[in-house]
Amino acid sequence: MERNVKVKIDHVEKIYDGRQGKMIALNGVDLDIYENEFICVVGPSGCGKSTLLNIIAGLLEPTSGAVYVDGKKVEGTGTERGVVFQQYALFPWLTVKKNVMFGLKLKGMPEAEAEEIAMKYIKMVQLEDFVDAYPKELSGGMKQRVAIARAYAVQPEVLLMDEPFGALDAQTRTQLQAELIQTWQEEKKTCFFITHDVEEAIILGTKVIVMSARPGRIKTIIDINLPYPRTQDLKMTKEFLDLKAQIWGEVYQEYLEVRK
Amino acid sequence: MLNKKKSFIDKIPNWGWLCISLATAILLWYFLSVNERTARVFPFIDKMVVAFKTVTEREILWADIKSSMISVLLGFLFGFLSSVPVAFLMAWYRPVRYILEPWIQFIRNIPPLAYVPLVVIAVGVGRVPQVIVIWIATFLTMTITIYQGVRNVDETLIKAARVLGAKDSDLFIKVIFPATTPFILTAVRLGSSVALTTLIAAESTGAFAGLGMRIRSFNNSYEVEPMLLYIILIGIIGITIEKIIKFLEKKLTGWQETREV
Ligand SMILES: Nc1ncnc2c1ncn2[C@@H]1O[C@H](COP(=O)(O)OP(=O)(O)O)[C@@H](O)[C@H]1O
Ligand SMILES: [Mg+2]
Repeated sequence: MERNVKVKIDHVEKIYDGRQGKMIALNGVDLDIYENEFICVVGPSGCGKSTLLNIIAGLLEPTSGAVYVDGKKVEGTGTERGVVFQQYALFPWLTVKKNVMFGLKLKGMPEAEAEEIAMKYIKMVQLEDFVDAYPKELSGGMKQRVAIARAYAVQPEVLLMDEPFGALDAQTRTQLQAELIQTWQEEKKTCFFITHDVEEAIILGTKVIVMSARPGRIKTIIDINLPYPRTQDLKMTKEFLDLKAQIWGEVYQEYLEVRK
Repeated sequence: MLNKKKSFIDKIPNWGWLCISLATAILLWYFLSVNERTARVFPFIDKMVVAFKTVTEREILWADIKSSMISVLLGFLFGFLSSVPVAFLMAWYRPVRYILEPWIQFIRNIPPLAYVPLVVIAVGVGRVPQVIVIWIATFLTMTITIYQGVRNVDETLIKAARVLGAKDSDLFIKVIFPATTPFILTAVRLGSSVALTTLIAAESTGAFAGLGMRIRSFNNSYEVEPMLLYIILIGIIGITIEKIIKFLEKKLTGWQETREV
C-alpha cells in the first residue's frame, strides 16, 4: 500500500534561551508521519513533547530544521492543523455552540452554515443538551469534548493533542478515549497525541513514539498492530501486556536518566 | 448552639437585614443627635428635611449636583480614555512598562488633595483644574487595573485562537478584548469611586459650585444641617453609581468563574 507522508519533521532542533542559559529542548528530531496515522508520543516530562507539538502547530519556531505538511514548509499556524490543549482553552465568554463556531466564523462562513456544522460536531461529542451553556457550567470531560468538537469543526487534516485527557479522572478518560477512537475511525485524520499514560498510548495509537530526555530526541518507534475498534477489554490480552511492558521499560529508563 | 444561631441568621431575608441595618443606623443617629457632645454635628432627620427645603429654595442643590457630576464625568471620561491605551501599551511593550509603572505607583500613592494647589497654580481656578485632578487620579487607578487584566489574559486562549485561524486583529477583537472586559469593568468601578472621592479635593480651591465646594462654604458659615445633608448625598450618589456598575458587570461578565475584586 502506497502511503503519503503527511507531516515530515526534518531535523528539528529547539534551543531555549532562558534565564538559566541555553537549554536544548529538542536535539535533531526526524520523523515521518503518514496520512491517517495515529501517533502517540510518550516520554518523561520535560523531554520536549510539547515543544515538538507547538513547532508542528506553528506556534513555535524551530531553532533549526523544519516541519513540512504535504511537502509545504510550516510557517506559523494554519487551519489544516488543529490543536487540542490539556487546559481545554475554551473561550469562557462564549457558549458551547459559539466556541465550536469560532474557527468557522474566522473563515468568514455565514452564521447559519457555521451553526449547522457546529451542531454536527456538538452532536458527535454528545453535548447537544449543552449548546447554550457556558464553559464554567461544564465538567472537565465536557469541556474537553467541546475543545475536540471545536478542533474538528474547522476540519483540519492533522490533529495535534497535548495530553488532552491528562487532567481528567480515570473513568472519564476511558470514555473519551473510546469516543476519540470512534471519531478517528469515522473521520480519518492524521493524529499526533501526547500522553504520559502508556496504556492510553497503546489503546489509541497506530504507533507509539518514546522520546528520550536531555536532550529531547526520538528514542524508539513501536508499531501497534492491535485491531480496531479497540476496547478496554484489550488491556487484558497478552499482546497488550507485552507492549505495555516493552514501552514502559523504555520510558522508565528515561525517567531514571532524568533523575540522575 | 452554632446551628441554632445560623438558622436565625438565615431565616431573615436580605432585605430584612437591610431594614434592620437602616433602623440601627437611625437609632444610633438619634442618640447622637440628643447626646450633648455630638448633638451639634448630628442634627436628626427632621432637621435634614428643613435643610433640604433651604438648599432647594436657595437654588443651590441642583446646581451643585450638576456641577459636581459634570466634573466627575469629564474627569472620569478622560481618565478612562487615556488609561485603556496606556494599559495595553504597558502590557505589550516591556520598555513602556518599565518606564511608566514605577511612576504610576508613586503618584498613585500621593493623596490628590496634596497636588490640587499645584494644578490650580498651573491652570487657574474653575472647572479645568477639577477635571484635571479627577483625570489624574482615575487614570492612575484604571491604568493599573486594566494593565493587570491584559497581562492576565490566558496565553493558551491566544494559542487556541491562532490555531483556529485568528490573525492579529482577530486576536485583539475576539480574544484579548473580551478576556479583559471583566478587568475593564472593575477599573470603571474603582475609577468612578476614586473620581467621587477626589472630587472633594478637586473642588477645594476656587470652585464656583459643587458638592465639595458647598460643604466647605457651609463650614465657613457654620451651617451644620445642610452640610450633613450634602455629606449623606455624596454617599448616596456613590453607592448608586457602584450598584449600577455592579449590575452591568453581572450582565456583561456572567460567564466568568466566580471572582471577587
Ligand atoms: N519558554 C521556555 N523557555 C525556556 N525553557 C523552556 C520553555 N518551554 C519549555 N522549556 C524547557 O524545555 C524542556 C521541554 O519542555 P516541554 O516541551 O514542555 O516538555 P514536555 O512537554 O515533554 O514535558 C523543559 O526542560 C522545559 O523546562
Ligand atoms: Mg508538556
